Amino acid sequence: MSEKITVGISDYKASKAPHTIVTFALGSCVGICLYDRVTKIGGLSHIMLPDSRSFSSREINRKKFADTAIPDMVNEMRRMGVGNNRIVAKIAGGAQMFEVQPGSKIGAVGERNVESVKRELARLRIAIIAEDTGLNFGRTQYFDLETGVMRIQSLNRRIVEY
Amino acid sequence: MFENYEELNEMQIDVLREIGNIGGGNAASALASILDEKVDMTLPNVRITGFDQAVEDLGGAETMTVSVLVSFSGEAEGMIVFLINMEDAKRIMSLLLGGSAEDDDDELSDMKLSAIKEIGNILAASYINSIASLTGLRIDVSVPYVAIDMVGALMSVPIIEFGAIGDKLMFIEENFIGERGNLNSNIIMFAEINTLKIIMEKLGIEL
Repeated sequence: MSEKITVGISDYKASKAPHTIVTFALGSCVGICLYDRVTKIGGLSHIMLPDSRSFSSREINRKKFADTAIPDMVNEMRRMGVGNNRIVAKIAGGAQMFEVQPGSKIGAVGERNVESVKRELARLRIAIIAEDTGLNFGRTQYFDLETGVMRIQSLNRRIVEY
Repeated sequence: MFENYEELNEMQIDVLREIGNIGGGNAASALASILDEKVDMTLPNVRITGFDQAVEDLGGAETMTVSVLVSFSGEAEGMIVFLINMEDAKRIMSLLLGGSAEDDDDELSDMKLSAIKEIGNILAASYINSIASLTGLRIDVSVPYVAIDMVGALMSVPIIEFGAIGDKLMFIEENFIGERGNLNSNIIMFAEINTLKIIMEKLGIEL
């Protein structure tokens, strides 16, 4: 029986085939799908902010930030049996939802999220094999752990599979 | 003294409700004079909720919505968001600009979108002006930004801005209802935690 597992904002879930993981309506947040096609174990992380380090004085939610959520999810996948060098990534989101004036911090956060996700994946030596990021529209992201296919659904746009 | 939204006490929440009442009431009068009809406002809700619940409360993640966002800064920092569903946005436009509400299917023309943006701008300015005169704070408002998309994607902007610390968000929300049709819309205010402290201090509320 294939289940649909939902990931909220500042959350991640790891699971295995035949299940599908979904996160709804990514705006400036970024959704990161990690997958091992040998074990068909995968995870989806919905990060909100690029960097936890500016918040070190407080107890932070590690699932909120790219630099903490991604390594934590990788560790969880490893505990489930994923081999070290087999994980690949597909990422989506990081849009600029409102057309703001250049230089506004509202406008730049999507882009900064994408940059931080890429930096973190590079540090962990995880290759990005598909990307649907930026621009100015929301995305719902489905991740099928049977096939490793990431499906992106937006309003008034055709569905794209990666 | 509160350090995050979850620590606001009942009395402080009452103050925020009153701010919503004054700000939202002012915005409702502005909307009424734009539409030339009576506009009712629900009692303000002060919501302190998780991120997913906030999106759910505002219509559900994937619901298509027109949103106008105005950010404010200066002695108080936050955002005002005006949300209206497509059908009601079209209905308002046909009231103001003439023509039928059904003339476009899933799109609003640029002219209509910019009219909605201007309405959002006027409502946000009315809201902020009333807070400024209530508190004596100097508050600047940005130009308005408009977008049509899924509620969840649009709300990611204030969620990211005000959800950095803690896992809860605070917003003051009220619903406008026009007397003739169901011109259902929401006006929502988000504010920095420090801004809430400053407002409370200005109003002589003990922290």
